[in-house]
Amino acid sequence: MSFPNEHSFAPFIGPFDPCPPITCKTYSTPPHLYMCFQPLNLPQFSPQEALRHGTLWPALYSPYESKWGKGRC
Amino acid sequence: MWIYEKKLQYPVRVGKCDIRMAKYLAEQYGGADGELSAALRYLNQRYTIPDKVIGLLNDIGTEEFAHLEMIATMIYKLTKDATVEELEAAGMGAYYVNHDKALYYQNAGGVPWTATYIQAKGDPIADLYEDIAAEEKARATYQWLIDMTDDVDLQDGLKFLREREIIHSLRFREAVEILKDDREHKKIF
Repeated sequence: MSFPNEHSFAPFIGPFDPCPPITCKTYSTPPHLYMCFQPLNLPQFSPQEALRHGTLWPALYSPYESKWGKGRC
Repeated sequence: MWIYEKKLQYPVRVGKCDIRMAKYLAEQYGGADGELSAALRYLNQRYTIPDKVIGLLNDIGTEEFAHLEMIATMIYKLTKDATVEELEAAGMGAYYVNHDKALYYQNAGGVPWTATYIQAKGDPIADLYEDIAAEEKARATYQWLIDMTDDVDLQDGLKFLREREIIHSLRFREAVEILKDDREHKKIF
């Protein structure tokens, strides 16, 4: 079973808000939140891939992309 | 006792001269949820935590120092060739007056590091819950640092460090499970 790496919600937008609204807000929900205790014998990255990803286990890899230059998000 | 390996845990590359980021990276150097706080918190708590999880605090606390020198390397690379005018323009004029280009344990706002950032309550669950919270806060700080730059080389190192926070958080959560669990007792259903 897989879980989303990110959740979103629609905040209240007031009629007199001073700035253009961000209608959808997101927050990270990395995989460890759904894993109370890591199961034995999970598939592993190769050592080179593990270093690049920061973890030995694909099941615990959580990508994150910069918001720089992405506008209102 | 430690054995030092004369290399970084993960290679640090900085792709562009952006002194502004040096100021922001200080949050992870000498900030409340930074790597110095993390290392000192775990290595100090380990003396009074139950035996089963001392090793975990020892290992993670040690790794935090490896992260600390990655952050130090990033800050050093970003500032070592800066002119005083560039430092001033990036909002580091006051920093230069106090420290030249030396690294100093302060947060992004210039507040010096303080031991009040960390706690050792002695209650194992209280201490481990603080550690879990610290890892999540450090993960969030890395996210906001990644957001503040378009330098993909710098982002690469920061993404590695963010992932390590996730792994550490899981390990502390597992430590809580170990301490509350009765898995060593034989269960008869």
